[in-house]
Amino acid sequence: MQYEYETEGGLENEPVKYIEKTRSYYEAQGFDRAYKWADNAGIPWHRLSKPLIECNVTFIVTAVPDGTIPKLSRQGGSFALDEMPDAFRTDELSWDKQATHTRDRESYIPMVALQQLAEEGVIGSVSARYHFVPTEYSQSNTLNSDAPAIRDACLADEVDIAILVPL
Amino acid sequence: MTARELESHGIATVIIGSGLDIVEKCGVPRYLHNDIPLGNPLGHPYAAAEQRASVASALQLVEQATAPTIRFGELKWRGGEAWRVNYMKIDETNRETLRLAGIENRRSRLEQIEKGEKR
Repeated sequence: MQYEYETEGGLENEPVKYIEKTRSYYEAQGFDRAYKWADNAGIPWHRLSKPLIECNVTFIVTAVPDGTIPKLSRQGGSFALDEMPDAFRTDELSWDKQATHTRDRESYIPMVALQQLAEEGVIGSVSARYHFVPTEYSQSNTLNSDAPAIRDACLADEVDIAILVPL
Repeated sequence: MTARELESHGIATVIIGSGLDIVEKCGVPRYLHNDIPLGNPLGHPYAAAEQRASVASALQLVEQATAPTIRFGELKWRGGEAWRVNYMKIDETNRETLRLAGIENRRSRLEQIEKGEKR
């Protein structure tokens, strides 16, 4: 994959190999088919056509806004920012429950940070809706259903920038 | 995959996360990597200034990058580095627990499917 790499602070440690760890972990649980991570050759690219201060920004999360919907039934969707729950459901997602916790919503939902940046004139506005995409075993659900639904919502909301924050 | 879909339709995207190898493999336009445990991609819990700095850095990346870019953030986990080894660790102390958890996971999945609780 062709990337440019930048660093703000230096990397003292080798990043954790999550793909390898996850594979071994599921093997230990007796799953006979290893999860196949998305692996794409090309990278789509859209250059921002205006300054940040004129941009409408949204965010997309994998933490679950409506935890009453059973895990396997959850679908991608768009939600009003001013009706955001105080807490998202995170217990069914894979994250490091030993090292940390998710009691601070803003550690994985960038709402307050974006609102402050809008107030300070760094960005133009925070979009009225944010978006949820479930972490799915099925790549086709994400590709053919969730991602297009969120794309349409973002286009309708005239979003310029989307920040994605997977847990 | 969602980022790729948006980017293909004229919306600039940036991911903020902590799973470098996964994002790298998927192929996304811009990624700010915070090298801390999975769970708080924007920064330590209750560290508002740090979380805000992550968001600002990601936006700056959108503004400045001229090609697919991965930026390594400056965050360091305050609780030490043991999490790197401990996360999803498998050894003799948890091997049987994991095996049983797998059985329960598959049973519960089947139950949900049988109840029609599947998209």
